Amino acid sequence: MSDTAAPAMRIGKARSAGRPSALRLLLNNTLATSGLVVLLLIVLLALAAPVLPLPDPDMTAPADRLLRPLAEGHLLGTDALGRDILSRLVWGARVSLAVGISATLIAAFFGSLIGLVAGYAGGRVDTILMRGIDMVMAFPYILLALAIVAALGPGLLNALYAIAVVNIPFFARNIRGITIGLSRREFVDAARLSGKSNMRILFGEVLPNVLPIIIITMSTTIGWMILETAGLSFLGLGAQPPQADLGSMLGDGRKILFTAPHVSIIPGLMIFALVMSINLFGDGVRDVLDPRLKSGALTRPVARTAVKRENVPEKPAHEDRLLDLVDLSTQFHVGGDVYRAVSGVDLYLKGGECLGIVGESGSGKSVTAMSLMGLVPTPPGSITGGAAWLNGEDLFAVSDERMRQLRGADVSHVFQDPLSTLHPLFTVGDQLAEAITAHRPMKRSQADGRAEDLLRLVRITNPRARLKAYPHELSGGMRQRVCIAMALANDARLIIADEPTTALDVTVQAQILSLMDALRREKDAAILFITHDFGVVSAVCDRVAVMYAGRIVETGRTQDVLSAPAHPYTGKLIDCVPVLGQPERRLASIEGRPPVVNKLPAGCAFADRCPRVEADCRTGDIPLSSFGEERAVRCLHPLTREAAHG
Amino acid sequence: MAEPLLEIDSAERIFGGGRSLLGRKLPAVHAVQGVSLDVRKGETLGVVGESGCGKSTLARLIVGLDKPTAGTITFDGRDLVAEARRDPQRLARRVQYVFQDPVASLNPRKTIRAILEAPLRHLLALDKKARQARLKELMEAVNLAPEFLDRYPHEFSGGQAQRIGIARALAADPELIVLDEPVSALDVSVQAQVLNILDDLKQRFGLTYVFISHDLSVVESVSDRVAVMYFGRIAETGPAREIFAAPRHPYTHLLLKSAPVPGRRSLVPEDANTELPDPYDPPPGCAFHARCPRGTDRCLASHPPLEQAAGRPAHRTACYHPVEERGHA
Repeated sequence: MSDTAAPAMRIGKARSAGRPSALRLLLNNTLATSGLVVLLLIVLLALAAPVLPLPDPDMTAPADRLLRPLAEGHLLGTDALGRDILSRLVWGARVSLAVGISATLIAAFFGSLIGLVAGYAGGRVDTILMRGIDMVMAFPYILLALAIVAALGPGLLNALYAIAVVNIPFFARNIRGITIGLSRREFVDAARLSGKSNMRILFGEVLPNVLPIIIITMSTTIGWMILETAGLSFLGLGAQPPQADLGSMLGDGRKILFTAPHVSIIPGLMIFALVMSINLFGDGVRDVLDPRLKSGALTRPVARTAVKRENVPEKPAHEDRLLDLVDLSTQFHVGGDVYRAVSGVDLYLKGGECLGIVGESGSGKSVTAMSLMGLVPTPPGSITGGAAWLNGEDLFAVSDERMRQLRGADVSHVFQDPLSTLHPLFTVGDQLAEAITAHRPMKRSQADGRAEDLLRLVRITNPRARLKAYPHELSGGMRQRVCIAMALANDARLIIADEPTTALDVTVQAQILSLMDALRREKDAAILFITHDFGVVSAVCDRVAVMYAGRIVETGRTQDVLSAPAHPYTGKLIDCVPVLGQPERRLASIEGRPPVVNKLPAGCAFADRCPRVEADCRTGDIPLSSFGEERAVRCLHPLTREAAHG
Repeated sequence: MAEPLLEIDSAERIFGGGRSLLGRKLPAVHAVQGVSLDVRKGETLGVVGESGCGKSTLARLIVGLDKPTAGTITFDGRDLVAEARRDPQRLARRVQYVFQDPVASLNPRKTIRAILEAPLRHLLALDKKARQARLKELMEAVNLAPEFLDRYPHEFSGGQAQRIGIARALAADPELIVLDEPVSALDVSVQAQVLNILDDLKQRFGLTYVFISHDLSVVESVSDRVAVMYFGRIAETGPAREIFAAPRHPYTHLLLKSAPVPGRRSLVPEDANTELPDPYDPPPGCAFHARCPRGTDRCLASHPPLEQAAGRPAHRTACYHPVEERGHA
């Protein structure tokens, strides 16, 4: 239930719903489109060759030999035998395209088949098939192609086979890698339990998922295949005279390169245009189809969230507050949609206090926390309103340099998954020392000493030896301790802990919670603790804020909120979790789903799922009204009388 | 007392092992060792444990996705392991599985209809008309609108996807369903929906569940009997009520004490020594010894057998020094 992933996931979903079609995306890419246009022209020309008013490409006319381009009757001139170059070029392109495409299809078919079977079967079958492929790859490809043609005899068809065979390993290896990953996926087990045979699973379940990769690989290899065909023909092993083929035309012109350069330059340019257009188009196809590129790996967010505030609140006069977040709004702009991930969140923390933010995935709790230090990715995210006062300094207005100083020093983060937070290639000691020296330049030996102290602080036994350990050598709990040590490296005043124990086992979770609770008292650091678990909140938080659809719906002291929730959502959220020691309790489920934050309803976002809903809930903005001590609820018909009377 | 539907007798699953070409011993992990359990018709057996305790491996053994390296598994009097090899479809008609990650267990390129039709076609060999009727029943059983049939998995939320996973397991009308962490990837509000649906289905179709989870409160709320696993072995097993009210194994105690409970501000005392032993280098004797407050030399000498508690024949504990007082902290 990683909330960090939630905004990204939501965006991903939205894209697939309102996403422009693959063709539109492709046309947006200018290079790919120009490649497509050139390719289409060449293909059309080649296809239309029999009906075009072209002279016979093989008809020799010794009288008209080596005419320059633009000669009468011969637009591109003639070659050494007086044959029309334009005609030969069009027919030659036809042959080259046909050979390139068929070779690609053959290689893709056999290569993918080998890859699929090897990847799915694994074990001995995989070993035998892949060692065979390795043997093919062990020869330089042109040598292998030459050997095959030498064995079969020269000829266009044999050249085609040779090129196809040489390219099988490329497909086999690519597809095998993808298949291995897919066949360990749960849906394959599920298909097996649905009674499907191995054959059905391989071709019915795995193949459809591999198909895009096969197409991507094909689109990027056709150009290469055409080049190889041309190469073999150039060497006289492909197309045999008098048949025209781009490679053999180039070979014919080579001997008279200096006396009649056009004879070789024209087919050369044609090969260039053909291969270039296919490659540009192929890259475009890959960018559109490849899920890794689609997921935004090519867009690089800037180092700090963009701040485009429409309203800048006044500085509040609360001297005792370490952090005072006022009216924060963070939005994601994707396509034409605006996702109001956080809209109007107020919260504050006193020194040494622990505030829990509770909510389900997509409620905006992680985005709230990431907005503080400008960690929301831009694009697509931006802070559109509010201010965050840390010790009287507005975090959204400080310079980038000041923000860099604050990050990891005054304010530090502990994330959910310690394994992905720690760098796998550096030792724990290196990473701790880096965290220390980033803010306080000192000698490495000094930093190591400090790192050792930090590990001791988080109760890691034998800290000196552990400094030399790599993250993968530590258990999950140990790794999270290291992350906490790193967060404490520069005496942070505020620690933002984003589901720090969700990925851990219960016994380890209990230890980490105890550790964090003790450390915040020792170090007098405030903790902003994000979680979905009321049990965890009870264990460590002084106060709690419940979030729903990007807003705080209820806040108050932990004990008060848990014993007498005022907002119906809070009440439901508490009731729907089984409680240890009360097995008989029937769980109250919350019907329906939270609203999508790009289509928030007017009024209360919970209205559609709320049992106490009345007409006035659906009109106008519902304010967060305070009552009791440090309590507030955003509800017109709260569960407790105290809250109702404010 | 009902007949046991599933009987597991000293099942063992070792990953790796064997010898290399040069005769050197390869590292082996004992994922499941000496596990004996039985599941009676119509009950829910909860299996609790932390990550790496072997509970998912056990689940895969029960549905025949994996084979034990030793021991026997009997389902309704027939050898399940032999059946899984000889006629996996016959087994799949009677024993089904619900996966932990609802989205990963649905093929992203298939419609829900294609996914749900697969067991009807391949396991039950229903004709088109019968399939249509059954699909409607299934969608109704898991409380989903029939329009959803022609959509793709990515269009569903986690809770809906898990309900589709449950519908698929139900499709072949099995007797036993193994649920491997069916709600741990879901949001709490959705978790309750899915748990309630599972409860309804069990009543309606007379199902038997093996419910695997790391979440003690979820297991307590669904189980008739519970088995607590630690490091590939069963630490304690018995009626759910007894285990949760009066746990005898120190590990069960630790688990119960560690679980966060809303409204309880109790933090366990700090102790960095909470890590599992190295699976490649298991300690001699009881694997819990290093973390155990009651451990003695005897625990290091040999592994304690699963023994009955005095006066409570169904409650068995693998501990030389079990906790005898009633009530837990």
